Amino acid sequence: MSDDQELRVSKIRNGTVIDHVNGGASMHVLSILGIEGGDGDTVSIVMNVPSDRLGKKDIVKVEDRELSQAEVDVLSLIAPAATINIIRDFEVIEKRRVARPEEVVGVLSCPNPQCITTEDEPVESRFEVLEDGVRCCYCDTIVRDDVAELID
Amino acid sequence: MRHDHIISAKQLSRSDIEEVLDRAAEIARDPTAFRQRHPGALLGLLFFEPSTRTKMSFSASIKRLGGDIVDMGPVEYSSVKKGESLADTVRVVEGYADALVLRHPMEGSAKMASEFVDVPLINGGDGAGQHPTQTLLDLYTIRENAGLDDLSIGIMGDLKYGRTVHSLAHALTNFDASQHFISPESLRLPRNVRYDLHEEGATIREHTALDTVLDSLDVLYVTRIQEERFPEESEYRKVAGEYRIDAETLESTRDDLTVLHPLPRVDEIDHDVDATSHAQYFQQAHNGVPVRMALLDLVLGGESA
Repeated sequence: MSDDQELRVSKIRNGTVIDHVNGGASMHVLSILGIEGGDGDTVSIVMNVPSDRLGKKDIVKVEDRELSQAEVDVLSLIAPAATINIIRDFEVIEKRRVARPEEVVGVLSCPNPQCITTEDEPVESRFEVLEDGVRCCYCDTIVRDDVAELID
Repeated sequence: MRHDHIISAKQLSRSDIEEVLDRAAEIARDPTAFRQRHPGALLGLLFFEPSTRTKMSFSASIKRLGGDIVDMGPVEYSSVKKGESLADTVRVVEGYADALVLRHPMEGSAKMASEFVDVPLINGGDGAGQHPTQTLLDLYTIRENAGLDDLSIGIMGDLKYGRTVHSLAHALTNFDASQHFISPESLRLPRNVRYDLHEEGATIREHTALDTVLDSLDVLYVTRIQEERFPEESEYRKVAGEYRIDAETLESTRDDLTVLHPLPRVDEIDHDVDATSHAQYFQQAHNGVPVRMALLDLVLGGESA
């Protein structure tokens, strides 16, 4: 991280830093992680800063929360280049990359109004992750673009 | 058969299909031999949408195997009307029956319901999704008339919403079949079905007119174009008229062309076709009984006869 970015958001003591999020996608990252602000999580976001790799990138810092691999893998749908730094006592103790999961459960909602998962049934949405999109495991609807719009 | 639940034609391998069709042929040859095959077996019928053929042929099938039905009856007289979820309904009814048949207007409903029950659940049609037992009787009829390999089949009409089309197209990828899809642009196969057919390496071609392909077909599978799919009645009339066949349409075709239809038809096949040798759609509907008997026999644990 450059000095310029250091000035924007200070280091965190404990938690997770998600770096190399596609520019502008950080709000979707928060949605996927279920962070809505009401739970009192301390979160810092940097949006659309210059990045050699992505052109523009976002950075999300979530304090006092270490994300699991399953949680970060879901991020691959909208931020495939994201890197995850787990921070303890101001030190990076682990660096991870996101990997595309085979399926994502309970994160996206099916855009097909005729899909049973849109009804009041005790079932979580489940999507198979394709090379270039996702597919509802119940009604088979394929979504290629705008996957972020399916985030609950 | 390995599958407890019959949800989608996609789950059926060639050997699964052949096992059902062979058993059905055996039943058709001598139905009386199967009369006491499953005495006392109860089939739970949960039809959330109207049905004539599927419901009646399942009823006939279980009765001809020595069993009986327990029927939820029309939705308006059931606890669904009180707001019960589908998941709860199937969990209750599985206690009353040895297998269930579900027809429901929502896509994916059979898959979801199957996750809540231990008895075999058979998808009797889930919205615009799948209808695997119709497919099995379609395949049976195709095999009887034209054979399933080295087959050239035209599937015409509403390919977008027609669940029988989706199931049949998937199932045919198990065989050496050239599939021709004939429909107006607005009712082409949906993206997910084209994706699967492509993944399976199926040979498919899409057409907007029947006459370009009719002469090359062994089987023409006609489906109904529904008026409610069109915003304007006039547009429906125009489009539907182009995908209608009559005896004259078939005059110059091969003598051995088989015409099928999952029924009910409205006017997409003129009644003057009924008397021709091409018409096999009533036999196709009748084949629902031996085929569903075979399927029930297998899911209820029937050994080789």
